[in-house]
Amino acid sequence: MRRAALLALWSHWRRHPLQLATLLAGLALATALWSAVQAINAEARASYARAAAQIGAGGLDRLEAPGGPIPLARYVALRRAGWQLSPVLEGSWRLGERRLRVAGIEPLSHPPLPAFAALAEDATALPQMIAAGGLLLAAPDLAADLATALHEMPGRPQVRASDQVPPGLVLTDIGVAARLLGRPDQIDRMLILPDQPIGLAPLSALAPDLQRLPGRAGSDTARLTDSFHLNLTAFGLLSFAVGLFIVHGTVGLAFEQRRAMIRTLRALGLPMRLLTGLMLAEVMALALLGGLVGLGLGYLVAAALLPDVAATLRGLYGAPVAGGLTLRPAWIGSGLAMALAGTLAASLHALWRAARMPILAAPGLQAWAERAARASRLQALAGLGLIAAGLGALWLIEGLIGGFALLAGLMLGAALLLPPALAALLRLGRRRARGVVAEWLWADMRAQLPGIGLALMALLLALATNIGVGTMVKSFRQTFTGWLDQRLISELYVTATDDDQGAEIARWLAPRVQAVLPIRSVDFTPGGAAAGQTVTVYGVVDDRSYRDHWPLLQTAPRAWDRVMAGEAVFINEQLARRVGIGPGDSLTLAPNWQLPIAGVYSDYGNPTGQAIVAMPSLLAHASAVPNRRFGLRLPAAEVPVLAEALRQRFDLPASALIDNAALKAQSLAIFDKTFVVTGALNLLTLGVAGFAILTSLLTLWSLRLPQIAPVWALGLTRSQLARLEIGRSLLLAALTALLALPLGLLLAWALLAVINVQAFGWQLPMALFPLDWLRLFALALLAAGLAAALPARRLYRLPPSDLLKVFANAR
Amino acid sequence: MPAKLILGLCMAILFAAPLRAQGYAGLGSTAEAGFATPEHGRPLVFPRDHGPHPEFRIEWWYLTATLAGPDGTPYGIQWTLFRSALAPGEAEGWQSPQIWMGHAAATSARSHHFAERLGRGGIGQAGVRTGPFEAWIDDWRMAGDDGLRALRLTARGGDFAYDLHLNAEGPLVLQGDRGYSVKSADGQASYYYSQPSYRVTGTLALPSGPVAVTGQGWLDREWSSQPLAADQSGWDWFSLSFETGAKLMGFRLRGTRGDFTSGTWIAADGTATALTPGALRAEPLESSDAAGPEVPVRWRLQLPERDLDIEIAALNPAAWMGTRFAYWEGPVQIEGSHRGRGYLEMTGYDD
Repeated sequence: MRRAALLALWSHWRRHPLQLATLLAGLALATALWSAVQAINAEARASYARAAAQIGAGGLDRLEAPGGPIPLARYVALRRAGWQLSPVLEGSWRLGERRLRVAGIEPLSHPPLPAFAALAEDATALPQMIAAGGLLLAAPDLAADLATALHEMPGRPQVRASDQVPPGLVLTDIGVAARLLGRPDQIDRMLILPDQPIGLAPLSALAPDLQRLPGRAGSDTARLTDSFHLNLTAFGLLSFAVGLFIVHGTVGLAFEQRRAMIRTLRALGLPMRLLTGLMLAEVMALALLGGLVGLGLGYLVAAALLPDVAATLRGLYGAPVAGGLTLRPAWIGSGLAMALAGTLAASLHALWRAARMPILAAPGLQAWAERAARASRLQALAGLGLIAAGLGALWLIEGLIGGFALLAGLMLGAALLLPPALAALLRLGRRRARGVVAEWLWADMRAQLPGIGLALMALLLALATNIGVGTMVKSFRQTFTGWLDQRLISELYVTATDDDQGAEIARWLAPRVQAVLPIRSVDFTPGGAAAGQTVTVYGVVDDRSYRDHWPLLQTAPRAWDRVMAGEAVFINEQLARRVGIGPGDSLTLAPNWQLPIAGVYSDYGNPTGQAIVAMPSLLAHASAVPNRRFGLRLPAAEVPVLAEALRQRFDLPASALIDNAALKAQSLAIFDKTFVVTGALNLLTLGVAGFAILTSLLTLWSLRLPQIAPVWALGLTRSQLARLEIGRSLLLAALTALLALPLGLLLAWALLAVINVQAFGWQLPMALFPLDWLRLFALALLAAGLAAALPARRLYRLPPSDLLKVFANAR
Repeated sequence: MPAKLILGLCMAILFAAPLRAQGYAGLGSTAEAGFATPEHGRPLVFPRDHGPHPEFRIEWWYLTATLAGPDGTPYGIQWTLFRSALAPGEAEGWQSPQIWMGHAAATSARSHHFAERLGRGGIGQAGVRTGPFEAWIDDWRMAGDDGLRALRLTARGGDFAYDLHLNAEGPLVLQGDRGYSVKSADGQASYYYSQPSYRVTGTLALPSGPVAVTGQGWLDREWSSQPLAADQSGWDWFSLSFETGAKLMGFRLRGTRGDFTSGTWIAADGTATALTPGALRAEPLESSDAAGPEVPVRWRLQLPERDLDIEIAALNPAAWMGTRFAYWEGPVQIEGSHRGRGYLEMTGYDD
């Protein structure tokens, strides 16, 4: 019996291969987008963890010379004074065409490194690293390149591959690094180790010229990038939900079509419980299959998107992320689990209905529709409730989570409200309809609504997300471009190799340009309201350029005069929002340095806090301020000549000089990369939604025959019916798209004014892009038209005998 | 002094994990690696041999002192500088293959403080030189004249420090056969000499406050390249000063083929007589795991040829050195046929 039942169930799919393909495709798409996002997130997080463990020392305070490198003898002298320090030498190393970062650490004093721990079994590792030719550790792909490239080098260092080394980095002993970089008697910084002996003379007395910088709090990168990953996750979840609409549609259709078979099987004596169990097993097997296909697809999507995500994270947060993807059990597990759970959720309704179906009942579409009408009032209430809950969550839950809860509430609530809203519109349309056909058309659409409603919800969500995210990205880009124009005042930026050269360059430039604007900054950890924040304080000289161009959001009277007199400070928007301070408040940068805030400036370059003071006040309050970077004002036409002269005179590397246009292009390139992924996911979601409409229409197709047959019998031709079919689909899509517009704008507002503030600390003005809406509207119509084309074509080609059969078959 | 400590130093350094007693077998033969081996009959020359011997794999400057406060409270301190060569020879700067490790400890009956320092050779952070003599790592120093007659000794850790003056009251003692000390029946050996007769004065800074101390110090100098046989897993080492003025250095190397004991009897006038292997009998009486693995903290020592039958007991059974190489090192009290104080070191118990 069981075998017979299984064969009978399976025969349905054999006879409906398209349906099977649709179900699997829906599942695979949903799983693919979700698991792609998960894979990207997992990869990025693994990279951070690796980097954090590798720089394990990141939490330690460090000692640096503001002007550049520190002589090795200073390290020895401080060690001999009792201070427990660990020296680090870093630099860029040219290997053929590539530039690599070499980090030389001293393995005896450095805090334990995972990459080194892996060498524990190898007694030859340390002698090789220190005493013999050296040992270079690098990520596997780089290690392979290194081994090949170093093959020719005499007394060449050995290369070992290590998964624990961040991408693009060569980790080695400080002695080897000194040799590779040609800097035998220099170090770049010293880590101040946690355990120090008693009775030490203070560092400020032993080395007043060195700057003690606070260690970064452990998971800085993770904290900064959390918002980015949360964004991606939200997107993945949305895609997944849209994909599930397809599954719901197809599974519902399969059950509708198998009613007769179910009845027959039960009449033959198959217990309901067994049948339900078999159907459940069938659905789960399909879910597993679709999920596996989805994982494969997801892997491909992730691999395609990861390089851009990695570039974004590097550019935006300086977070090192490898461009390569590794299979991780976590995301395989989560992807399959989501596929199974999602399918179960999408099929429960159908299973439940089949299980409760009376053996001999012959239910029709109308009954279903009537039940749906009753449910629709409840649904509207639930939608309103969800929106209210979202608003409540924003009110109650702090931070980004609250923002996303608002988004989730808005989107789901609006989706639930869609069918009642459409029903109302259709009722309105029917009232205004003239003629029998038109009246039938409106009424028929309403009857169809419960069946196609879910697909339309998917379309609504996809469209609204597109409008919302598109508006956010474009508004951001517009603001960012304007801000760059304003903020990048200087025509040419130059970076000296150390303070001495910096001073020399400044002297040399003074008579040759209109103004030399030093860019000097020091990190402070303020007290008072801003305690716990790290604020990078920039000193500026009094120059018209700043007064004319600096993008201030809020100002107090005589702001620039007061800042330049050392009586006030400007802070960036991030700091202002995070701490909740603004003009009129004051900022305590150091115990003896408190300044009133004269203004807040916009700053889209980084998520951290910044402040601006007059250069003399900065120098008076910070002992060691590097003086290596300068902005130069000069006529744009003279830039190339001056740049070349600077390069020749001071033997500067190409990277030390960058002109305004190049910097702007670089910044915009990073910006655009950031949203490549968003755009791609956006488009994929819309595609999935279009597919959902197709499956819904196919689902309805066979159910609608009994309703179309009488209309046909009354005299409408099949081609008229097919045209009406397409028109109906277009109309529903158009109505949905119209409703999606306000929802999308609401979403854009939430992203700009709530999510952005939480994630980055800045609020952006919202700009409207009606042309984009038109394009999207057309895209929605196209999707709906294409989706309806297949059923319409079938209808057009339907043998009249099939329509006649409707009257013969007692369904 | 303890050769085993240095075994596998290079591995422990990288991995900051307590090191197991590892045989030398894995490191390849000494000759293969190009290290020198001690030669029987080569005379020691001073002050040259007070300085480092980079062509040998391992070496140490090892000072222990039994001290007493103004009220007679017993204390002990340890100051050790180890040298371990990753390859034979010396080079300038970071290229030096020499690695230095310092251990310092201050022990009373109730507390045991210790600290550890590591440093690279070649850059000046750690090393030993003569003319005048100075052994140092970071701010820890043992420095004085080239005869090692008068030394100043300093070290500090997170919760203790000491600053001591040492004055020799007797001659240097060459251990074994004129400084050639055999360590196993297979002939493993080291160069080994001591200055066992320092009078010590100075200050001990403990969490409870500074204490003026006086007492007796014992310096050991030893270098070799392959000091243990493959089967030897650890050792127990005694430096004992008796109230009679006589002194005893004795050790027991524990091996699967049986224990190897040897040592030197030093008469009150400084005359040293090497013990024949096996003459000294050492028997653990009682063990404790007060601060780590279980180690014998009470021993019976017998040396029939000197009518010696004593029991020695740890001043503080918890004198465990939880450094990268963990071992037990602390002051002991002597009772029995002879009375006095000394130092005990036990390695290879943390397996």
